[in-house]
Amino acid sequence: MFSFYQTIAENWSDWWPRLSHAAWITIYVTALSFVVAFAIGLALEFMRTRSSVAIRLTAQIYILTLRGVPILVVLYLLYFALPGYGVIISALTAGVIGLGAVHGAFLAEVFRAGLRSVSPGQREAAQAVGLSPFQTFSLILFPQAIKIVLPPLLVGFISLLKDSAICALIAVPELMLAARAIMAETFLPMHVFVLVGVFYFGIAFPASLLVRALEKRLTRGSTNKSSLETGDILPVARLDGVGR
Amino acid sequence: MNYETIGPIAQALLAGVVVTVEVSIGALFIAVVWGGLLASLRFLYPSRMLDLAISTYVEIFRNIPTLTHLLIVYFGLAYFGVTLPSLAAAILALGLIGGAVMADVFRAGFQAVPIGQTEAALATGLPPLLTFRLVIFPQALRIILPPSGNYAVGLVKDTSLVAAISAPEIMFNARQIVNVSFQTGLVYGTAAMIYLALTFLLTALFYALERKAAY
Amino acid sequence: MNTAPILTVRNLKKSYGILDVLRDVSFDLHRGERLAILGPSGSGKSTCLRAINFLDPPTSGTITLEGELIGLHPNGKDHRSATRRKMTARELAPQRAEIGMVFQLFHLWPHLTARENVALQPRKVQRMSSSDANHLAEAMLKKVHLGHKLDEYPGRLSGGQQQRVAIARALAQKPKVLLFDEPTSALDPELVGEVLNVIQELADEGRSMVLVTHEIAFARRMADRVIFMDAGVIVEEGPAREVLANAKEPRLRKFLSTVSTQEAVQ
Repeated sequence: MFSFYQTIAENWSDWWPRLSHAAWITIYVTALSFVVAFAIGLALEFMRTRSSVAIRLTAQIYILTLRGVPILVVLYLLYFALPGYGVIISALTAGVIGLGAVHGAFLAEVFRAGLRSVSPGQREAAQAVGLSPFQTFSLILFPQAIKIVLPPLLVGFISLLKDSAICALIAVPELMLAARAIMAETFLPMHVFVLVGVFYFGIAFPASLLVRALEKRLTRGSTNKSSLETGDILPVARLDGVGR
Repeated sequence: MNYETIGPIAQALLAGVVVTVEVSIGALFIAVVWGGLLASLRFLYPSRMLDLAISTYVEIFRNIPTLTHLLIVYFGLAYFGVTLPSLAAAILALGLIGGAVMADVFRAGFQAVPIGQTEAALATGLPPLLTFRLVIFPQALRIILPPSGNYAVGLVKDTSLVAAISAPEIMFNARQIVNVSFQTGLVYGTAAMIYLALTFLLTALFYALERKAAY
Repeated sequence: MNTAPILTVRNLKKSYGILDVLRDVSFDLHRGERLAILGPSGSGKSTCLRAINFLDPPTSGTITLEGELIGLHPNGKDHRSATRRKMTARELAPQRAEIGMVFQLFHLWPHLTARENVALQPRKVQRMSSSDANHLAEAMLKKVHLGHKLDEYPGRLSGGQQQRVAIARALAQKPKVLLFDEPTSALDPELVGEVLNVIQELADEGRSMVLVTHEIAFARRMADRVIFMDAGVIVEEGPAREVLANAKEPRLRKFLSTVSTQEAVQ
């Protein structure tokens, strides 16, 4: 076990600049594609609330398709297949667009759940005072829904961070690619990948904890329905001992 | 379009489908059994130590990219002298990740069974293990069907990453055939269609299961 | 005649943190006796009932069923409750099997049919054969007038029918006492009657039972004895007709007047 850390320490001066540079690219790709996903998700959800069947159907087909296909396929299509049709984009652009396009479909579902949680009376009231559909959405519904969608948005961000690793497979110079390059030179896969794993974990785990804290706060604010059900003060029962 | 290449392309992709399905089923099996076991232990024998151990496992596997885990299991274990064939490594890595996901899914399912159900069972004199097996678990199974379906669909998509450790599934074969046929759009487009069909089928299967499990 | 009480409750106390829900409650239930516990919500009457089979284990105090201590290991000659070790759920199971309980919200198992709900305990706890357990379940369901709903799932039964299945489930335990925790307060008014009728029939069979209820008129008709609780203590107790006809305690009179107004309105 000691030699494991020793090996890392010995290689630190070589690895650190390469990994830290690649880590920034991972963060850059994640942040950028999150913005893209957010915009696509909102647009899709807005489309799904329109009255035109064609618009709603387009959004629905987009969501179903992009949710049913691996990100890797989307990245390959963007990066390897598009040039065949005369569209040449960099690996990084392909990565950001691909991740954003797929995660946008997921975020559309998140937004939908959030908007549904806003009572229908809110929409009616907004329309009654003469707000346009876009104004109703952006001024009335969205600000109320955002509180509820914050935890699932963060979950989306975490999975986007993890999925950004897939960009290594189209040679975006992000963290996993750097790690693989180092592995190929040194053949110290365990060392490099564990190190990289620690980096991802260092960002994703605090975010996961934050999600849980936000969810807790959200459920605490709402009325406690379980007290009605048990007719009791503490809605906690355990199987191990003797009840609550 | 060169029609002579369609035969080999179809052949390669279909061979890939077999491997994709194998990896998916293997990983799903590990995920359900292992995750269900962990969650059941945690529910039946609540203790700080067990909680800490299981949540450490769950957090490590849920907060690190699938690709990283795949490469650790495949290349990392090989470094320590444990050489797994790429298919076995793929199933093991995806299964362990899935175990973490399913442990959380099962846990939420057990907790979602109303307390009154447990109370009624204990009140009739059922011991805790039987209460769990006969009353809580069957009801939790129904509750966890939708999130399990989501997990399974995600798993099928994640199997595409197994290409990175040279398991000959759809994407690996697609890449190989592109290298000789140069039909990039056709091959990857067809691969996309195959994944769509697979995930739609799986979604329909879980939907049918949900319908069947409703009482 | 055997005059020893079948169930004794002694010095029951229950607190959640600083909140005392039960403060020193003691009473007896004699063989074949029908006892009703009344009181405003929050008076501790449900907690008291749930303490008897240790679903809400008391903070202190003892419960005995036919002389056997419930939920605690009797150790040594010194029977101070503080020194006794609580049983685990597993150790409690055989004792709980002797006490039938009917819940306010039925708590039928939704994944099992009416027959399976009733047959589960006989099969798994009394270790009857499947066919014996099924026969028993059918008999019990017929007893609560649901012989025609044997294979329905609870989700397809009305509230009153569900509660009667729950009663059949408790009966199939062959319990020494039956506990009813506000069995009709979750029901629509028009469904209350069918459940009360079944409970009355059981009372007429001479079963020992404790009924926590809001239904004053029913308590008056069915119960031999009434306990009125408020703020975690027994305020008044005595023969049902006497206590309910001329209540002395002002809190009970107030309770009776508000409840009878509500009943009149309904």
